[in-house]
Amino acid sequence: MTEPWRSLVVIVGVLAIALLVIMAQVWLERRIIARWQDRRGPNRVGPFGLLQLIADVIKLFTKEDWTPPFADRPVFVLAPAVVMTAGMMSFAVIPFAPTIGIVDLNIGLLFFLAMSSMGVYSVVLGGWASNSKYSLLGGMRAAAQMLSYEVFMGLSLAGVVALAGSFSLRDIVEAQRHGWFIVPQALGFVVFLIAGIAETHRLPFDLPEAESELVAGYHTEYSSMKFGMFFVGEYVGIALVSAMITTLFLGGWLGPWLPPLAWFGIKTFFFMCFFYLMRGSLPRPRYDQLMAYGWKLMLPLAMLNLLVTGAFLAAR
Amino acid sequence: MPIYSALRSLWHVFKHTFRRPITVQYPEERPRIPPRWRGRIILSRDPAGGERCVACYLCSAACPVGCIALQAAEDEHGRRYPAFFRINFSRCIFCGYCEEACPTRAIQLTPDFEMCEYDRQNLVYEKEDLLISGPGKYPDYDFYRVAGVAVGVKDKGAGERELPPVDVRSLLP
Repeated sequence: MTEPWRSLVVIVGVLAIALLVIMAQVWLERRIIARWQDRRGPNRVGPFGLLQLIADVIKLFTKEDWTPPFADRPVFVLAPAVVMTAGMMSFAVIPFAPTIGIVDLNIGLLFFLAMSSMGVYSVVLGGWASNSKYSLLGGMRAAAQMLSYEVFMGLSLAGVVALAGSFSLRDIVEAQRHGWFIVPQALGFVVFLIAGIAETHRLPFDLPEAESELVAGYHTEYSSMKFGMFFVGEYVGIALVSAMITTLFLGGWLGPWLPPLAWFGIKTFFFMCFFYLMRGSLPRPRYDQLMAYGWKLMLPLAMLNLLVTGAFLAAR
Repeated sequence: MPIYSALRSLWHVFKHTFRRPITVQYPEERPRIPPRWRGRIILSRDPAGGERCVACYLCSAACPVGCIALQAAEDEHGRRYPAFFRINFSRCIFCGYCEEACPTRAIQLTPDFEMCEYDRQNLVYEKEDLLISGPGKYPDYDFYRVAGVAVGVKDKGAGERELPPVDVRSLLP
């Protein structure tokens, strides 16, 4: 196979599998959370309820696609596309296995951070363009939350970069051949995990949506597939952050016996389940608490981590 | 964030992975329904096979939503029975007051709850829909065995295997 063909196959394959995983996640989350709540979850449509997601997609597509007359139409339409596109773009730099991966950027990590920052625009613009009070409040919360958590998200990864000596995700995985970074970077791992949850605005950090306060937050006015794209964007975020944690802290594809892709899948799956567990068990903090944790606890912790890592590397 | 409490809740929720779901998968699995469940209303017969209902209107009067309609009639022995008896189950709230009010234990609630209809009109049950062939929850009870009835040759409660009439206006047992 010639080189361009191979790239095309990989790109299409990664996109297809990513979309499939994201759709399956909706089903998986409902089943797993049901399990934790002593229920059974969707098990009627198809074997184990697997066709439920197809039913959901059909439902979303056939809903009335309505743009409120008071909305800022072009921005309103653009916003949901941004979150999904930004999320899917990040998959380009993730090394799934030694030979599978769309592109090996030498600044892969920065690309990921940049794309996750792009996701903020979607939420903020969606909240703004909806021109309704709950959407605006949700959008504002999202802006503040994601910007403040982005700060130490980057900082928490600085330790990993310093240890690996590279921004390329492939090099970072290779640097973990003799020990995963979760051990020397335990603090960075915890900080990144929390920042990742806040970045995907999943529970317990779902303040931009906050059903009990803001109806549905920034996507209150959205319906049909536009809402669906926000929805997909959220699950892209879960898959992406899980994959990034796997790559950065758990040695990516590295592991004995099983093929590399299987190791990558298992580790990512584990963190996805952790996201669902968080949703199933933790309450949402107050908004001021969220900001306080971010700036007064997480940021100093991330700096401390960087400081200790730097001192250790300098002494070596 | 109270970190200890957050980790503790995570652990407690996670433990449920190994617990059986309590869901009863209804159409395939049936829940156990207690015999005194307040479900579909029936009209029962006494052990001899006659209608228990004496059309006293007490159930209709007790019904808080007014879903019971009936018309009293008398047969050739002077015994009352309902000429028609109609329950509108689209209004019924299954409170069971009719059963409590019934002096002859004719009207009873049963553990059957599967009475969905596509057409609201089909929820109006007539006497032939309500009347069952058996005595329901009280197999040996016969109102006239206890209260008796005057039939010309004997007084109320004076016959064989009949108890003297109860003074219903007395509060004493």
